Amino acid sequence: MSAISVRNVWVEFGDQVVIENLNLEIASGSFVSVVGPSGCGKSTFLRMVLGQDRPTRGALLLDGRPLRDEPDADRGVVFQRYSVFPHMTVLANVVAGYEFAQSPLLGRLFGRAKRQAVEKAEELIEAVGLAAHRHKYPLALSGGMQQRLAIAQALAKDPKILLLDEPFGALDPGTRAQMHALLKPLWARLGMTVIMVTHDLREAFGLGTRVVAFDKVRHDPQAPGRFGARVTYDLDLTREGPVPVLGFQKPPAPQPLVASD
Amino acid sequence: MRRAMNVRPAAGARILLAIIPFLLIAVVYVLGSAERRAANPNDKLLPPVSEMVQTTTRMATEPDRRTGEITMVADTVSSLQRLALGLGIATLTGLTLGIALGILPAFNAAGGSLVAVISMVPPMAILPILFIIFGLGELSKVALIVIGVAPPIVRDIAMTVQAIPVEQLVKAQTLGASTWQTVLRVALPQALPRLIEVVRLQIGPAFLFLIAAEAIAADSGLGYRIFLVRRYLAMDVILPYVAWITLLAFLMDWALAKLARSAFPWAYAEERR
Ligand SMILES: Nc1ncnc2c1ncn2[C@@H]1O[C@H](COP(=O)(O)OP(=O)(O)O)[C@@H](O)[C@H]1O
Ligand SMILES: [Mg+2]
Repeated sequence: MSAISVRNVWVEFGDQVVIENLNLEIASGSFVSVVGPSGCGKSTFLRMVLGQDRPTRGALLLDGRPLRDEPDADRGVVFQRYSVFPHMTVLANVVAGYEFAQSPLLGRLFGRAKRQAVEKAEELIEAVGLAAHRHKYPLALSGGMQQRLAIAQALAKDPKILLLDEPFGALDPGTRAQMHALLKPLWARLGMTVIMVTHDLREAFGLGTRVVAFDKVRHDPQAPGRFGARVTYDLDLTREGPVPVLGFQKPPAPQPLVASD
Repeated sequence: MRRAMNVRPAAGARILLAIIPFLLIAVVYVLGSAERRAANPNDKLLPPVSEMVQTTTRMATEPDRRTGEITMVADTVSSLQRLALGLGIATLTGLTLGIALGILPAFNAAGGSLVAVISMVPPMAILPILFIIFGLGELSKVALIVIGVAPPIVRDIAMTVQAIPVEQLVKAQTLGASTWQTVLRVALPQALPRLIEVVRLQIGPAFLFLIAAEAIAADSGLGYRIFLVRRYLAMDVILPYVAWITLLAFLMDWALAKLARSAFPWAYAEERR
């Protein structure tokens, strides 16, 4: 289970209010797309759920208990950039997740433990279609391949929550479609709660079971930092059929690329 | 005609271009030396190459009558020992402190400004203090190199670690890494290529401090010899010694550059040729 509750959360940087009085109940296993204009606080919200930033006021709960206020293995993340370690090969990037858990002193595994970790990592790398590139360094990969690696890496720890901050924003439309076809079945199979920030409405509606829009509703021309963003739309997409508000048609669920085990 | 910045010499031309300036200097020296000898057969300033070769051969092969050691070998060994110790200690200090400053905000708050101030102390100004505290032996020479060379390494490594995108540190934590594991697997490996670059840049200053310390108080060493024979205007010793020191420094620099590129291929993938 991994339900997230956001209760009366405010985020302020100095005298700039970024998020004001946010309340959200996110059901376990849902896929929430977060949309909104740039600079309205979407990444800030995500960093808060991640534990990287702390709310100024209010509380965040995971299954009713306060979220740990620093990042941990319960919450995986894929950023838009800099998500993978440039000094590790594709394989090492994924294996690292297992090594941290099993080798507190060296952060490295050897012998049989290493072979088992490599086996698990190779399965994930295969699932994101990078098997042929497993000995390359990230710099030698295209943007789309780096993001696939970041997804494989985030999934290695089997997180309860997966946070994606414009993960496909820098990709061309074709690669982006491939990434959607990759992500959706993975999410369906693993059943974690996903929160994805995106600028692409088609992506938001195509992948999400729920779309939340952030925006500033009040503006003070004298003090632009006085008011923060609130939730302006909150759409449940789990019902079948067209979404009336924006006229988007929910595309049929893509066939899984990966055979589920 | 292409712009000057777009003209790239081919591989062969590149070697030729690299050799030409050295040849020019050699020719200028030989001509100058011959000219001065012609004017004054006792000239000491620009000894002919043959004389320097003779002196160098003697110093590099024949044992000294008084000490029984081959002078140049003994000098080189004691200088390199001091240099290696000094640079080694400075490198380790720089790496440890630099990473700690770069990754621990509390440690940075406590030690950051102290390091910034210490790195402004002119090392030569405290050389007398080192002689007073550590005596005239090896320790004060090594200490001078460490004090002169460690602060820039500390600061550079701290900045390198701070420049690691915060996303990577967060990523490591979401993979379950502790602070120690993050240092070991994320910060350290990304600091190492830069460490080698910084140490390369510090070879020059390290030699400077070594020779300065040897000039003042030593009984062997490359710097000691140069300053000893200065009294007799023995340019036939000084010039080969300077060339030898330069060659040693150049070889260290070259070896470190090679090491960095073979050990950390990922760090040089985008290097401009
Ligand atoms: N660490 C910070 N310090 C000060 N202001 C910040 C910080 N992080 C974000 N902000 C501000 O918060 C606002 C929201 O930023 P962000 O969450 O990145 O927006 P979005 O992801 O929706 O584009 C911006 O105005 C930004 O300037
Ligand atoms: Mg953002």
